[in-house]
Amino acid sequence: MAPITGIIQNKFPDAVVFTTVDQVVNWARKSSMWPMTFGLACCAIEMMAAGGTRYDWDRFGLIPRGTPRQSDLMIVAGTVTLKMATRVKRLFEQMAEPKYVISMGSCANNGGPYWKYGYHVLKGVDEVIPVDVYVPGCPPRPEALLYGIMKLQERIQEDRVLRRHPESVGSLTGATLENR
Amino acid sequence: MTLATDTTSYGWQVEDLDTDEMILNMGPQHPATHGVLRLELRTDGEVVRGVRPHIGYLHRCFEKHCENVDYAGVIPYTDRMDYVAAMGNSLGYALAVEKLMGIEVSPYLQVVRVIIAELQRIASHCVAVGTYGMDLGAFTPFLHLLRDREKVLDLFEWTCGARLLYNYNWIGGVSHDLPEGFARATRDLLREFDAVTFPELMNLLIGNKIFVKRTAEVGVCSPETAISYDLTGPNIRGSGVPRDIRKDQPYCGYEKYDFAICLGQGQFGPLGSCFDRNLVRALEMAESSKILHQALDALSKMERTPVHEKVPKRAKPPKGEVYFRTEAPRGQLGYYVVSDGATFNPYRVKVKSPCFTAMSVFHVLAKGMMIADIIALIGSLDIVLGEIDR
Amino acid sequence: MDAKAIHEKLAARFGEKIAGVSLEVLEPWVVVASETIAEVAAFVKADPDLRFDNLMCLSGVDYPKEKPPRMEVVYHLYSYTHLHTFVLKVHLPREDPALPTVEGTWSVANWHEREAYDMFGVVFTGHSDLRRILLPDDWEGWPLRKDWVDPEFYNGMRVKPTQQMMERALAGEAIGVGPFDFTPPNRHAGE
Repeated sequence: MAPITGIIQNKFPDAVVFTTVDQVVNWARKSSMWPMTFGLACCAIEMMAAGGTRYDWDRFGLIPRGTPRQSDLMIVAGTVTLKMATRVKRLFEQMAEPKYVISMGSCANNGGPYWKYGYHVLKGVDEVIPVDVYVPGCPPRPEALLYGIMKLQERIQEDRVLRRHPESVGSLTGATLENR
Repeated sequence: MTLATDTTSYGWQVEDLDTDEMILNMGPQHPATHGVLRLELRTDGEVVRGVRPHIGYLHRCFEKHCENVDYAGVIPYTDRMDYVAAMGNSLGYALAVEKLMGIEVSPYLQVVRVIIAELQRIASHCVAVGTYGMDLGAFTPFLHLLRDREKVLDLFEWTCGARLLYNYNWIGGVSHDLPEGFARATRDLLREFDAVTFPELMNLLIGNKIFVKRTAEVGVCSPETAISYDLTGPNIRGSGVPRDIRKDQPYCGYEKYDFAICLGQGQFGPLGSCFDRNLVRALEMAESSKILHQALDALSKMERTPVHEKVPKRAKPPKGEVYFRTEAPRGQLGYYVVSDGATFNPYRVKVKSPCFTAMSVFHVLAKGMMIADIIALIGSLDIVLGEIDR
Repeated sequence: MDAKAIHEKLAARFGEKIAGVSLEVLEPWVVVASETIAEVAAFVKADPDLRFDNLMCLSGVDYPKEKPPRMEVVYHLYSYTHLHTFVLKVHLPREDPALPTVEGTWSVANWHEREAYDMFGVVFTGHSDLRRILLPDDWEGWPLRKDWVDPEFYNGMRVKPTQQMMERALAGEAIGVGPFDFTPPNRHAGE
């Protein structure tokens, strides 16, 4: 969630009006995250179960869209292989801002059970795209995925849309005077 | 021996195309391709003239891992191949290594394995038929079948702690015994399945006029093509060939159970169409229910044996090789295990996955159909890319 | 037909092209000379007593430590009419292994042979479309050979796990299995 330079984005100080507008915008964004169904492997079945009737994700506002151009969340569910990694990157680039990525399952986090001898397995999807939330498990239960989505919603709620991001202290990890 | 990096040798070039043809890419990310499958369609408008499937987007080096972990350590990796029906994969591997080592499990464990395998078959066919309906546009049966699949997964979670990938069938036994009350819970599930789920499925989806019209004349596979391209399981039984490993080379005591082989009948179109394959899957769910009733009756008459009694401390089979086939929900799953008798790791494990061979027939069946029928064809072959790519 | 009868039939037809046999094992096999595999395949499919119309599995196996070092291609056959199984093997040298394709007999061999080529580098002469199937087209090397070494990078992506990944993964084994302390850090402790 890098600061985006738009006409009115990240420009204003912390005042009552802008904080309230930010809260409304963030509430709208977090309540209707539309994921792109990017089920690659076994975690896709648990993602389908999370979308099923028992662990319904529609109550969080998630409606799966087939195309990256109309979605704002990409749940990378499953092992990313080297052959697939270029496509993952391309799909991520096709998504429009604001976009978020959840890395679901241990294969997408760091290569998973295939980390040691998998010559064709990418050791973590964060080698090619930036990830916001990592959900561990092999496969994670649907409740774990919903918890990851809720954590992402908390992060979105704290995001700054109109308000200026605080000045960075110059460190590589982006630590600021405020949230260090 | 050159590597084929030069695409002019096999790729279609502009000069090969007729005036109206175009190359359409159904890329690895697609809502209806059941995983990461890339289809290169050569279409003349809406009619497909040729298909090139590209696989390998989920190649996770299963066979290399098998050579580097020990025999028991392979079992979690086998689960992850056909992740929709994980119990069947580990069963096939465990039986192959048991045949190599000469281990015979007790009749009680055989009944346990059959119960688990048939429950897994019901759950897997629920996903297969449900997602197939969803591909064709019928969203409701998918939700109903997934709800019923959750009940089966509840039973599995009660037994061994996991919902999807279990590490259950071990060499010489199983990981957890069936808990107290399992038989009663399974009978409740089957009662509901026989009374509600199965009739609902047949009425809502299989008997649905739209479903029949979309699938009954599409993707017809003759028995000779099916045998030559090694289609197995519901795919070949949909073409009328009555072969089932549970009857031909029974394992795990399947010869004691009375069940029928479900065949496609071609009642709405030519024999061997997509409809026949799906009808076979739906009917097989009812047959699995029949087997489960018999197995639960047999279970109630047996006394339990410890489930880890014959599990070797660290498996080291003698030098030799074995090819063992089981009837997985998707077809005939074969394990070719080579042991060199000297180390604790297998020397070579080759998996013949049913979906791999099912995919090889795709380019034959797909000629001349429309793009929407391509979607119907992929789903009817019931492919799981984890198994194709291993 | 049992394995002994099948072997006798093959030996009667092909003579010394049947280079080896083993009947006392779990899966009886014969070794066929590599250049005649296509004719043997056509024969076992067409012969009315054998009628092996289904190729169950085609695997490559690498034996670098045998004397002499060899690579094998193993064919597991099944008959839908007679319901018997059999195994054919072909021994190949490890450098430049090549043998004729059996794609004309069993159509499924098309994909199986592509996979054997992809993983082992075995060239099937006469194959209609011999290219890699599972790995990307510009992959270098034959991964399932016993002398395979993971490359460092492929197209800019790291292939071999780094030392840091190795330490983190193995540290998990040192920590071991439970009981873990799941109490989350109290974020509001200072308020």
